[in-house]
Amino acid sequence: MSTKNIEELEREFQAKIDADIKIEPNDWMPEGYRKTLMRQISQHAHSEIVGMLPEGNWITRAPSLKRKAVLLAKVQDEAGHGLYLYSAAETLGLDREKSIDDLHSGKAKYSSIFNYPTLTWADMGTIGWLVDGAAIMNQVPLCRCSYGPYARAMVRVCKEESFHQRQGFEIVSLLANGTAEQKQMAQDSLNRFWWPALMMFGPNDDNSPNSAQSIKWKIKRSSNDELRQQFIDVTVTQAEMVGLTIPDKDLKWNEARGSYDFGTINWEEFNQVIQGNGPCNKERIDARRNAKENGAWVREAANAFAEKRKKKELTH
Amino acid sequence: MEYLTCNNMTTQEAFYSYIVRLGDDSLILGQRLSEWCGHGPVLEEDIALTNISLDLIGQTNNLYELAVLRENQGKNIDQLAFLRLEKEYENLLLVEQPNVDFGYTIVRQFFFDVYRKLVFEALCNSSDERLAGIAEKSLKETKYHLKHSSEWVIRLGDGTEESHRRVQEAVNTLWKFTDELFFQDEVDQNVIELGLGVDNSNFKATWNSHVEHVLTEATLTIPSNSWQHAGGRKGIHTEHFGYLLSEMQYMQRAYPNMEW
Amino acid sequence: MSSKEWPLWEIFIRSKQGLSHKHVGSLRAADAQMAIDNARDVYTRRSEGISIWVIESKLVTASDPDESAEFFEPSESKIYRHPTFYNVPDGISHM
Repeated sequence: MSTKNIEELEREFQAKIDADIKIEPNDWMPEGYRKTLMRQISQHAHSEIVGMLPEGNWITRAPSLKRKAVLLAKVQDEAGHGLYLYSAAETLGLDREKSIDDLHSGKAKYSSIFNYPTLTWADMGTIGWLVDGAAIMNQVPLCRCSYGPYARAMVRVCKEESFHQRQGFEIVSLLANGTAEQKQMAQDSLNRFWWPALMMFGPNDDNSPNSAQSIKWKIKRSSNDELRQQFIDVTVTQAEMVGLTIPDKDLKWNEARGSYDFGTINWEEFNQVIQGNGPCNKERIDARRNAKENGAWVREAANAFAEKRKKKELTH
Repeated sequence: MEYLTCNNMTTQEAFYSYIVRLGDDSLILGQRLSEWCGHGPVLEEDIALTNISLDLIGQTNNLYELAVLRENQGKNIDQLAFLRLEKEYENLLLVEQPNVDFGYTIVRQFFFDVYRKLVFEALCNSSDERLAGIAEKSLKETKYHLKHSSEWVIRLGDGTEESHRRVQEAVNTLWKFTDELFFQDEVDQNVIELGLGVDNSNFKATWNSHVEHVLTEATLTIPSNSWQHAGGRKGIHTEHFGYLLSEMQYMQRAYPNMEW
Repeated sequence: MSSKEWPLWEIFIRSKQGLSHKHVGSLRAADAQMAIDNARDVYTRRSEGISIWVIESKLVTASDPDESAEFFEPSESKIYRHPTFYNVPDGISHM
């Protein structure tokens, strides 16, 4: 049908992007665009699914009926979000099963934050407050992403996530205003999660080779450093309000910039965790792999049953 | 409410125990199901099991609130849920049985759902209006749970050789806890007499025929050895229960008297 | 371990009486009944719907975006299909 050459197609494609026209699954798109999206969406989906585990770790030990229900609903939402995102990735021809196999083999990555352990109940608060806070900051701009199915999935995700950060902050404030033991628990948790949370925004812009292209394609709408700064600026105030201390001695308000200056992130730790050497990488992947393997007989049974029923219907 | 005595128990005491037992069944099964969160056989089913768990925890909440309202024994709902001794929980042995695998989980759920649906249907007519209201809401939830568990029993039973073997094994193992669903003592006698609670002996036959019908469609059989275990309603549990409690009660025991 | 993946289903939800079913996303299920059940748990956790349709994704036939010019643009010039094309004298109502 189409006799246009690649350059023409690419020019038209970019013109659509520039005019804020969404790209839909069957539209022509450059291979690089498709690949970048497939990588980004599946990483995002994996992060939601692996992200269920650190919090799932406390569901059976939640301290009250209310907290148990809230935590269950939150972790369940994460499963839902993973599912919306895998669905968006499937529109690009990325099979969920294959994508999950890549996660289990270590080929596909997910957010480094979920490789840190949840050691106390306070971590349920800190994760909601910081980790969901950082995630929301990353995700809100993605609701305007150029790829239609991804943008629509993100709208749904963001709508549902609004309670996640709030419930986390509620837990943290309760502890920060509770007994000395509780306050200490909250502070310890903030100390452990602060730096890993900052790492969630990814490498510095200078070291983020694909960022410029992604921004041009409107797959990404803000740079890593911009988002990180935005996150720090809002979070410092919140910490002050509940009386907790951000564990960064270099943190200082910079009047000229209208932002906080902050200390140096330990990028060596970040790289090690991404490469699989974080405190819980093995546990997380093992848990996911076990779930898949232990469920194989269930999935096969459902297939077999569906086929039997189909045959029965045909012969009746 | 008037004080009546029957078997040395006031009506309030009996009604309280009756509702707490209903709540205990919901809580312990909800706790068991929540262990699946993040580990389900497929993402969609992970979400489904969590939904059921959430319904059960919601029921626990409503039932304990009512218990505390009708007979204040100085405990709030979280103290009821998290600060009783093992022998003070009076849930069915069935609901505390471990998940083992998806087959066990589904069979346990199915036996319970068939029973629970009958209980809530009858409780919609309880002379305690608030309990009738809780029953009405819970009945809707339970009907869905039953649909979900029945469909899976049939799928697994009539699926592959392996799934048939596994789910038949689950039926064989869990069958010994099913008579207890129809246990009655003075608590039941008291609440039945006043129309507050239901006479579960009335629907034993219905339970049996419903279960048999679904198991037959699933090509599964009811085990011939029908020796039955009981004790949950008297606070005598299986070995699994202590571990479930120590995990569930961890925070309240380690950090007493704090708000979370 | 290679197990056959469950088929993909497209999910349509009617959010309230009077509105048509709208596509919300997809999910995997072994059969239609399971697809409906899963859609209920995945896509209506916050009371988003009162009715669900499911259809296996492979059964959907889509128009070809490469032909969208010849397919859809001709209708853009047929403005006489829209009521605003016509002049109605002032003072005439209910039309």
